[in-house]
Amino acid sequence: MSAGAPVTPLAVDDRISDLVTPLSDFVVSIVFYSVPVFGTELPLIVAWLVCAAVFFTGYLGFQNIRGFKHALDLVRGRYSDPDDHGEVSHFQALATAVSGTVGLGNIAGVAVAISLGGPGATFWMIAAGFLGMSTKMAECTLGVKYRHEHADGTVSGGPMYYLRDGIARLGRPRLGKFLAAFFAVCCIGGAIGAGNMFQSNQATAQIINVTGGEDSPVGDLRFVIGLLFAIAVGLVIIGGIKSIAKVTEKIVPFMAVLYVTACLIVIFGNAGAVPTAFGEIVSGAFSPDGIAGGFVGVLIVGFQRAAFSNEAGIGSASIAHSAVRTKEPATEGFVALLEPFIDTIVICTMTALTIVITGAWNDPDAGDLDGVNLTSRAFESVLPWFPNVLAIAVVLFAFSTMISWSYYGMKATGYLFGDNATAELAFKFVFCTFTVIGAAMSLDPVIGFSDSMLFAMSIANLIGLYLLARVLKAEVVGYLGRVRTGEFARVK
Amino acid sequence: MSVVLVGVDGSDPSRRAMLFACERAQQLGFELLVVHVIHWSPYSFNTPAENERRHSQKQLEIKAAQEQVVDPAIALVDEAGVPVEGLVRHGHPVDVILDLARERDAEYIVVGRTGDSRMRQAVFGSTPGHLVQLAPVPVTVVP
Repeated sequence: MSAGAPVTPLAVDDRISDLVTPLSDFVVSIVFYSVPVFGTELPLIVAWLVCAAVFFTGYLGFQNIRGFKHALDLVRGRYSDPDDHGEVSHFQALATAVSGTVGLGNIAGVAVAISLGGPGATFWMIAAGFLGMSTKMAECTLGVKYRHEHADGTVSGGPMYYLRDGIARLGRPRLGKFLAAFFAVCCIGGAIGAGNMFQSNQATAQIINVTGGEDSPVGDLRFVIGLLFAIAVGLVIIGGIKSIAKVTEKIVPFMAVLYVTACLIVIFGNAGAVPTAFGEIVSGAFSPDGIAGGFVGVLIVGFQRAAFSNEAGIGSASIAHSAVRTKEPATEGFVALLEPFIDTIVICTMTALTIVITGAWNDPDAGDLDGVNLTSRAFESVLPWFPNVLAIAVVLFAFSTMISWSYYGMKATGYLFGDNATAELAFKFVFCTFTVIGAAMSLDPVIGFSDSMLFAMSIANLIGLYLLARVLKAEVVGYLGRVRTGEFARVK
Repeated sequence: MSVVLVGVDGSDPSRRAMLFACERAQQLGFELLVVHVIHWSPYSFNTPAENERRHSQKQLEIKAAQEQVVDPAIALVDEAGVPVEGLVRHGHPVDVILDLARERDAEYIVVGRTGDSRMRQAVFGSTPGHLVQLAPVPVTVVP
């Protein structure tokens, strides 16, 4: 920056946007290559995820319904060996993975879906969440099965390892290595995009919104807010200041409960409108008004936002779930199927009902509101003070998601560079830089880039899941057999 | 041989509990089972990095507890000639001690008074308090 030409903060924001937008557009055009279907554009990547979710739901024999109670029993520790006390429990692995996925996708993503696809998008989000439970089960079972235990007792797991080692055992080591590397590269991009830029962008938007919107004193200082986020994230992931992460991990579940409670207050406060809202959600799903592509158009929007929110098929959660201590990899698969249930079927539905019931999505200026602001408007109409709480929740959700994703990105970097500490540190610095860039940009290019990198992870991950489907099925069937015969028995 | 279970935490009351239990064990020809429980809940919230290191962390915690709490407690009664076994477990202290008492068929349980404030005890209760209420065998609380 030259001393002679003072640059206003606003210009800095615009410059960052101008620089990154063309790159973002290019990546989007590749990952979201679309084909025309029934008068609308179907991004092939969305079809790719839906097909996998449908396939694994059938192939695993509807474990998302039949295994649901068993999953709850596992989380409650009914099958936990007392010798494993002090290790990572099923509950902890699930909670960690959920805190990585529950976040802005549930608040902003749902609003984006409804503003693009109307209330009917909610229906398809729920359907996608239901089917996604099976994909999540598949990837987390394999994540534990092929994880690596290092000499110092730490563990690394996730798609990188099952793609490389699992496919190598099928006699295709080169293919496995290629897919694993492809996944790891996309995972770094996904961590920087969806797990970081999108989060800091929306958290910043919400801070500006509650401090006065366009007249906000910090309205022109987006990159400064981003810088503060970057410092906080940096203190945790580079500085190793555990106390910040600890505090966040304690507050986030509390915020989640608070958020759901607020949704319930809005929903019960308008109990009379609930049947109508459900009616709009169902009718909008099959015969929407004024949505390009009709029901297919809504379906695409719903599935896309659900996948962005619960990450089923993306492979990220498999990295978090792999830390659990269990002799039976399938147990973690069962536990993991609860994740899309909590994330999409419970929390996203709450947000959607709140937006639909209050009619916020139908306001004349709703199209101008992006992401979180629409959700915030919905709450404001019933609980005028709630946008402030929502802003705090958004900031904390965003922060915990950034911490989780920085870890996923770091593991992917570690995989690519053979656990090289310098490479991992370099990744952390790059991550923090993009926290600032994400905050300074406008939503559209950020969401485009975030989605692209995140969805690209599913290309390698799902090829791997298909190739390893038999291994997976043998693992699950064998496990269910051991549960039936009592070899793997309840301890309480 | 019958077992006396002693819960230790490195505090002064727990040292006195150890000596008290040793004296009884010597008189009655019992064996001592010295247990330290590291407070751990399966329902806490961790970061992914903490989960990754959890297994090695557990080993470090056990080693530290063994060296700093259990071994010194056993050393206290070294010369008494009573057979002693030391254990470190993770979990909720009350649950672990009760489970062990049942598992090892303990004759009775000895613990030190924890010395928590009244406020703390009123809100959370104390380990000895819960043991007295729930144990299947007599519990001696040493001040």
